[in-house]
Amino acid sequence: MAKRTALYDEHVALGGRIVEFGGWDLPVQYSGLADEHLACRSAIGLFDVSHMGEFHVSGPSSEKFLNYLVSNDISKASNGQAQYTAMCNAQGGIVDDLIIYKYNKDKYLVVVNASNTDKDFAHATKVLASFPEKSGVTLTNESSKYTQIAVQGPKAIDLLRGLSSVNLDSIKTYWFAEGLFDKKIPCIFARTGYTGEDGFELYVEWNQGPAVWRKLVELGKPMGLKPCGLGARDTLRTEVKYPLYGHELSDTTNPLEAGLGWVTKFDKGDFVGKKEILKAKEAGLKKKLVGLKALGKLIPRQGYSVHSSETSDAMGVVTSGTFAPSLQYSIAIAYVDEAFSKIGTQLKVKVRERFLPVEVVSTPFLKK
Amino acid sequence: MNPDHLKYTKDHEWAKVEGAKATIGITDHAQSALGDIVYLELPKVGRVLKKGETFGVVESIKAVSDLYSPCAGKVLAVNSDLANQPGQINSEPYDASWMIQVEVANASDLSELMDASKYNQYVSSLK
Repeated sequence: MAKRTALYDEHVALGGRIVEFGGWDLPVQYSGLADEHLACRSAIGLFDVSHMGEFHVSGPSSEKFLNYLVSNDISKASNGQAQYTAMCNAQGGIVDDLIIYKYNKDKYLVVVNASNTDKDFAHATKVLASFPEKSGVTLTNESSKYTQIAVQGPKAIDLLRGLSSVNLDSIKTYWFAEGLFDKKIPCIFARTGYTGEDGFELYVEWNQGPAVWRKLVELGKPMGLKPCGLGARDTLRTEVKYPLYGHELSDTTNPLEAGLGWVTKFDKGDFVGKKEILKAKEAGLKKKLVGLKALGKLIPRQGYSVHSSETSDAMGVVTSGTFAPSLQYSIAIAYVDEAFSKIGTQLKVKVRERFLPVEVVSTPFLKK
Repeated sequence: MNPDHLKYTKDHEWAKVEGAKATIGITDHAQSALGDIVYLELPKVGRVLKKGETFGVVESIKAVSDLYSPCAGKVLAVNSDLANQPGQINSEPYDASWMIQVEVANASDLSELMDASKYNQYVSSLK
């Protein structure tokens, strides 16, 4: 039977259409995809993201361990800062993308994708088991302890200001602080998100979820807040070309191909997969992740093949594609042969038996 | 909810039968399940369809769905206005959002269609 977050009853009460996702029963939509998507971009979108996984990493060797485990350099993050990174396997493929919230040098909250929680914890545990300074690291899976709610949109901070004991305006993007929600509920206020909008992700104790959610809905509705399901979450992130594991990222794609070179630091010492990633870099990347703009009405979707305009040979595949509600045309993210990855390149996507003309464009698709 | 003067299929199409002509569209249940419809592909006039053959495609933001002809016959007319404004299907799936009109080749094909009350029961059973 699928798992339920603490907010399941809230979703049903709000008219959420429940589907199974990664072993969880969650709403795919409430009022409709376009309606929710546009509400998030113009006012406030409210998301239950409690299905995500959370690990605690602590101890005097935490920083060393995390820097060996992930591709980015966590020693460069300040106390109170969050860092996005990939976590790779020994072949240089991506196990997951994740965010590390650094309290201090010896204490971290690691947040991973829902669909990879068990896999990631097993991987991290295995890496730790053969880590020389493992006695200085405590790694625990705290996923069932947290309700996580994302409040995203230009008015998100207006809604949260009065509900936070911390000065939210002083929290910059990708920073976080601990405080009280609505004067009583201990809460992490993190200025992170997956929509491309300003906003916060709130972490509270699992059972406090309904109280937080209801308060946000009550005070947010008059401001234009709409609860948003998984469907809107996907169109929002696609418009800003945020990768999704299982689409752009998998254990056979390396971070450089996936456009995650910016979170892959070769100058920080060894990390799992570094050797193989460097090898791929030296050999030259064979494929690259690009953004495609549809030049016709057909909609490019995950799995559709990408073809050269001249020869019609297939040389790529769409990893994510959708009609984009904020742009009013369709977009796709795709892996293509490096030779076809320049901006402006005209290509074709096979949609059923037809070809949709597309163009390689700069991303994010939606410019803010 | 579902108009009494129409007939219905298990694939959530409706058919308005007038003599040897059948006008076809998709039901309210279909448009609700799909969500915001953003694309509609219809056949050319003159195409000859088999019973159950795919005559087009409707796409929402999240989903792709084939459209099936409830009867065999030649396509007499196509609602190309609708193909340019597919979102109308969500607000008004009947009447104005007709998709194709077919010349019915075998009247017996139509006998398998459900009337409104049978279709209402069928939709309830899916919930």
